[in-house]
Amino acid sequence: MNNMNKESNYKTTAAIQASLKKRHAAERRFQWYGRSAVLTGFIFLCILMVDIVGKGSPAFTQHFIKVDVIFDRETLGIHASATPADIAQADYSAAIKSSLRTMFPDVSTRVGKKSLYRLISVGAQYSLRDMVVENPALIGTTREIWLLAHSEAGSYLKNQVSKDSPESERKIKDIQIKWLETLREEGRTESRFNRSFFTSGDSREPEMAGIKAALYGSFYTLLVTFLLAFPIGVMAAVYLEEFAPRNRLTDLIEININNLAAVPSIVFGLLGLAVFINFFELPRSAPLVGGIVLALITLPTIIITSRAAIGAVSPSIYQAAMGVGASKLQTVVHHVLPVAMPGILTGSIIGMAQALGETAPLLMIGMVAFIMDVPSGVTDPATVLPVQIFLWADSPERGFTEKTSAAIMVLMGFLIIMNALAVFLRKRFELK
Amino acid sequence: MQTTTIFLALATLCVISFFMGRNRSRVVAMRLGNGLTALHSLPSHYGYMAAIWSALPALFLLALWSGFESTILYKLVIAQLPQSIQAMPANELGLYYNQLQGFAQGGFGSTEQDQIQVAASEHYRVLTSWSSQLKTAMVLVVAVVGGLLAVRRVTPLLRARNHVEKILEWILFGSSLVAVLTTLGIILSILFEAIRFFKVIPLQDFLFGLQWSPQMAIRTDQVAASGSFGFLPLLVGTLLISTVALLIAVPVGLMSAIYLSEYASRRFRTVTKPVLEILAGVPTVVYGFFAALTVAPFIRELGGSVGLSVASESALAAGLVMGIMIIPFVMSLSDDIITAVPDSLREASLGLGATMSETIRKVVMPAALPGIVGGILLAASRAIGETMIVVMAAGLSAKLTINPLEAVTTITVQIVSLLVGDQEFDNPKTLAAFALGLVLFVVTLLLNVVALYVVRKYREQYE
Repeated sequence: MNNMNKESNYKTTAAIQASLKKRHAAERRFQWYGRSAVLTGFIFLCILMVDIVGKGSPAFTQHFIKVDVIFDRETLGIHASATPADIAQADYSAAIKSSLRTMFPDVSTRVGKKSLYRLISVGAQYSLRDMVVENPALIGTTREIWLLAHSEAGSYLKNQVSKDSPESERKIKDIQIKWLETLREEGRTESRFNRSFFTSGDSREPEMAGIKAALYGSFYTLLVTFLLAFPIGVMAAVYLEEFAPRNRLTDLIEININNLAAVPSIVFGLLGLAVFINFFELPRSAPLVGGIVLALITLPTIIITSRAAIGAVSPSIYQAAMGVGASKLQTVVHHVLPVAMPGILTGSIIGMAQALGETAPLLMIGMVAFIMDVPSGVTDPATVLPVQIFLWADSPERGFTEKTSAAIMVLMGFLIIMNALAVFLRKRFELK
Repeated sequence: MQTTTIFLALATLCVISFFMGRNRSRVVAMRLGNGLTALHSLPSHYGYMAAIWSALPALFLLALWSGFESTILYKLVIAQLPQSIQAMPANELGLYYNQLQGFAQGGFGSTEQDQIQVAASEHYRVLTSWSSQLKTAMVLVVAVVGGLLAVRRVTPLLRARNHVEKILEWILFGSSLVAVLTTLGIILSILFEAIRFFKVIPLQDFLFGLQWSPQMAIRTDQVAASGSFGFLPLLVGTLLISTVALLIAVPVGLMSAIYLSEYASRRFRTVTKPVLEILAGVPTVVYGFFAALTVAPFIRELGGSVGLSVASESALAAGLVMGIMIIPFVMSLSDDIITAVPDSLREASLGLGATMSETIRKVVMPAALPGIVGGILLAASRAIGETMIVVMAAGLSAKLTINPLEAVTTITVQIVSLLVGDQEFDNPKTLAAFALGLVLFVVTLLLNVVALYVVRKYREQYE
């Protein structure tokens, strides 16, 4: 009996021993699954970042071509008695065209001339105009002037287009490549930092498009959002955490806020369209409506984080304030809120970052219009940075792809700054 | 501009009332000779009271006036018009009124004006300027009177602190109601427009129709098909993309959470988790761009190299990128749930000789399962409601298929494409967006309610 027991014990142990190897292998495999899952996340993040930065960084430079511009009275159409207004309306694109023809005299066909003109950006005539208006003495002279290259020519000069690919597959033609090579050899091309990306609004021409209008639009929209969401959110949090009686209504409000946080943002866009634009007849495409809608979206975030921050304030502070005769409201305003403020601000900044990246609801309320001008107030038509990204991403021109990535880099830069600020505040909060 | 002026004037009056109220309380107190101790509240409370009474009624009046101004103006101007014009149908009359409004503001619509319209627009202009002047005057008078009345009421026995705090408490309560009002606004506005839609398109055609092609004439002179609004292809497309997303996000997110909470060292965890959470902070429009310009062409070429024909706007590309987006979401939720499983369960299992992975698979996971299911439901609701990725990377034409290599469209894509551009609130094409919005709202709400219920139930189990 005893012997048999020992026997079976031995057998069990042996079986366990035999299976151990397999079990340990399974253990190691399982750990590797975990590691590779974490690694997968990292790889996705890296691919995303490398892709955006790789595509976007060329947009921060621009190519210029040195042209001997002939400021000929006849080509420009300026009479001797021209007023400054006439000078401003002169035909500068004709001057550029004739100067280009002088530089490449062997171009004679219509098609050839057309491709020659496409080396220089359409916007170059405006910079010439500004130069002449400022200094009318230029008329009648010939100057070497750096003119902005057309986006396709620029893209070739940035080595984004291969010369070896078949001509039908690229926008830039062989003949244009030949000219550009000549210009490059003569030292007539130059790459500069693209300042106009930050100082101009949207444009149909990729090489002239900038994000200034979108940045202002985002600023005004977020301003409205903050002015609405922050006070209302904090007041709601104070009420729910400090004053609300435990009853059905309070429960309803709490459940409501939690569910609102999970409603898809596009539904808020529908609300904005039906209520603010269709019913209250507020202006379309305006930062005002965009800001209100975004405020409603961020409100749950701000309320939930503010409540957590207020709830974490130590009871001793309440007792001390109450003990010296402060009312409930005085206690909260004078003592609890200042202590909870870093936490509240952290939540609000995270909410604002969320609002900054939000796109879908703004499409609903018409912030997708093509807007070149910088908005000067909250009721002007405007677009915001994410919507600008969406619009450019939809444009077929190659030049817009790099603009899109560059705008994404700017947007992500702002988000990183905001989140870093939030982390910094939270760290300080934790120290106390 | 004018509104700004009114607000500035109101703010000034408020400040003046505050100082008057505060001074008045001091004067009243000094008269009694007992110093400030004679007062029930601090002098500033009397000031606040005066300021509140100066601002609140005036703001109320301003809101009321702005709310009814346009309706009353409309009635007044129309009443002046000749009978023949008043007899026009309501929408033509509205158009006529808009034209004359535009003319009065000197903007567009100034062509094709007749004498009557010009006269009426002049009338309108006079009325508008009258109204705005009267509004300013009335609001300011109410503010001054309100402030003065409050200042006059100041006596040492007046319980100003209680008075002020009662009002402020109501304001706080009002702020917390904003969230409820938002939900109510969403439900009412969407429901209202959706019901108008279902009056034209029967509910069963919408719910069970297999054809979605909303190309309908918005203006009567447009040539277009009559449009069909069967919502099933959209539902299938949405579910297809969301399924692809969950197939990526759930294994990666869940395994990451398990590894980080059970195996990883503290240091590794504190570095890794925030880095992975960056994925959740990336704006969705960025993911959309990534999906449309990088992932979709890549998948297309990959499919082409093994002989598969992949649509350039395949559901796979959109789903894959959406999956990347919700990885951190699944990870954080599962992490919370897994760490909430009591250590005693793990210790018991390890004490019996189980390896760590056996413990996780056979003890921790079954215990955490309800919570994780809840988390996955939340992730699914997020995937269904996600808009920008699919708008940029998924197709527009509704195809009833479950092949992820083909282009499908989703509910959110259709909402955007129906509402961007021409809108006409009495056309089924525009209203269809609201019907879709209603479906989206109901589905995500149900998923959330169920998920939150499951998660809460699970938490109670171990608390």
